[in-house]
Amino acid sequence: MKKTKSMTLNFGPQHPAAHGVLRLILELEGEIVEKADPHIGLLHRGTEKLIENKTYTQALPYFDRLDYVAPMNQEHAFALATEKLLKIEVPIRAKYIRVIFCEIGRILSHILNVTTQALDVGALTPSLWGFEERETLMTFYERASGSRLHANYFRTGGVHKDLPTKLVEDIGKFCETFPKIIDDLEDLLTENRIFKQRNVDIGLVSKKDALDHSFTGVMLRGSGVPWDLRKSQPYECYQYLKFKIPVGKNGDCYDRYLCRIEEMRESIKIIKQCIESLPKGPIKTVDGKISPPNRDDLKQSMEALIHHFKLFTEGFRVPAGNVYSAVEAPKGEFGVYLISDGSNRPYRCKIRAPGFSHLQAMDYLIKGHMLADVPAVLGSLDIVFGEVDR
Amino acid sequence: MIKEKLDKVEKLVNSELSSKISGSEIVFEELLFKTSTSEIIDVIKFLKLDERLKFKQLIDIAAIDYPNEEKRFELVYLLLSIENNLRAKISIRLETNEKTQSIVKIFPSANWMEREIFDMYGIRFINHPDLRRILTDYNFKGHPLRKDFPLTGFNEVRYSEKEKKVIYEPVKLEQNYRNFDFSSPWEGTKYLKEIKESNKK
Repeated sequence: MKKTKSMTLNFGPQHPAAHGVLRLILELEGEIVEKADPHIGLLHRGTEKLIENKTYTQALPYFDRLDYVAPMNQEHAFALATEKLLKIEVPIRAKYIRVIFCEIGRILSHILNVTTQALDVGALTPSLWGFEERETLMTFYERASGSRLHANYFRTGGVHKDLPTKLVEDIGKFCETFPKIIDDLEDLLTENRIFKQRNVDIGLVSKKDALDHSFTGVMLRGSGVPWDLRKSQPYECYQYLKFKIPVGKNGDCYDRYLCRIEEMRESIKIIKQCIESLPKGPIKTVDGKISPPNRDDLKQSMEALIHHFKLFTEGFRVPAGNVYSAVEAPKGEFGVYLISDGSNRPYRCKIRAPGFSHLQAMDYLIKGHMLADVPAVLGSLDIVFGEVDR
Repeated sequence: MIKEKLDKVEKLVNSELSSKISGSEIVFEELLFKTSTSEIIDVIKFLKLDERLKFKQLIDIAAIDYPNEEKRFELVYLLLSIENNLRAKISIRLETNEKTQSIVKIFPSANWMEREIFDMYGIRFINHPDLRRILTDYNFKGHPLRKDFPLTGFNEVRYSEKEKKVIYEPVKLEQNYRNFDFSSPWEGTKYLKEIKESNKK
């Protein structure tokens, strides 16, 4: 037999299957990957440092720019952390609106992931179909917040503005038509021979390893651990909603794909329930020291004017303390460990991004696989560099 | 309900590890243990392996910088027990150049988290297999999340038409960095440049 030398291959930083700016240094023995060393940080913007220098209201938009495929889910974690420190209660209508948009974010993220994962293994059509739906969902974002991606819609104590009535109707209509699109996607992929060959038994993760490597979200559920923060540590109004948590069996790329498809269906159910029982009432806390007054009051009331001025210059002060609050973002547990020193700015805001731990396990996942499996595994990890690099 | 569970865990850990835990508290329904650098390995091992606790997941490690305190850095380990549906935080304090034990052997996922802390704060971990920088640029100097590191940084990068490559230069600010520190909005902000100039006079 001929002796072969191992080869080092540089994958990225500009590579369509790297889902962003990932530099992966692969050591190959023939076509088998011996070792993978991901180099990250090419999209590092110092979010945590910037947040320390901004007031709480100004810090919120940075969260849109982390996982930019599901912006509002990130905002949610920060809003929850601040509210916990401030000990304020969010009005019930705001809770429902938040849940609606978090689930829209989940669908946005899962469509992107499922279709690009298919793209990575050779199927082009799903992404064309899926992106059309993402466009519809992003117009919902736009109609609520004014922008398609960087919404900056959640606020400490509620959401920025109430939803237009027509928007709720349109989201309802979308919920009627979207399951058909999921069916279409499934027709293309689920039983597809090539898709299965590329994904079944690839990137296997056992239960124990999933826990040891700090996997959360679909990565953990794909390996058969029924763990979802929306069920196990419910926040907002998730405890009143009926939904199921899809759990995988084998912990391979294919199971994770199936989990994501099912989660989209469950998200649609959640949105439907929220729309049906969307309560009336205020959409942010009425405490004038935390949420700004509306424009009408500004013209009439001196107190409102002072509040407005103070809130947009000094911002509100948050009592000293430290809290960790986490939400089930589409990619896994997204957490914010917030430390306040009693001033108007966070003293420290540690962001726990699910993708960071998932990408870290790349070496463990890919060892012994073929080079061609790298994009498939990477695709199923659901990596977005905004949150990995922060 | 969750309060009782936390109380139970707090009592259990305090009695089992009484010599190793220097304090514990429950604030905002979150459990925090304080310990020291020499005990951190034992404490985390106990929390992970004990049959009653099963804190089998390391969620994150956060570092915090308190430049004015004697023990400058704080490390907070966030643990999660899926079986018991509980979270716990373990905090240790470090002096400026003090090293601490790496927990990569207990949780493989601590690898990158510790690298990040090394990168951002310059805290070194003993027995870490691969303590390199992770998020910052190749050849980066300094530890950006320390409170004494300026927000603008020291170097900026641009493409030089002359040299036909990307070059590094010291940061030049065309105008004052505007730091809207309105602790009292009626007084406004003092700018670094102005303070420096008035000091010169």
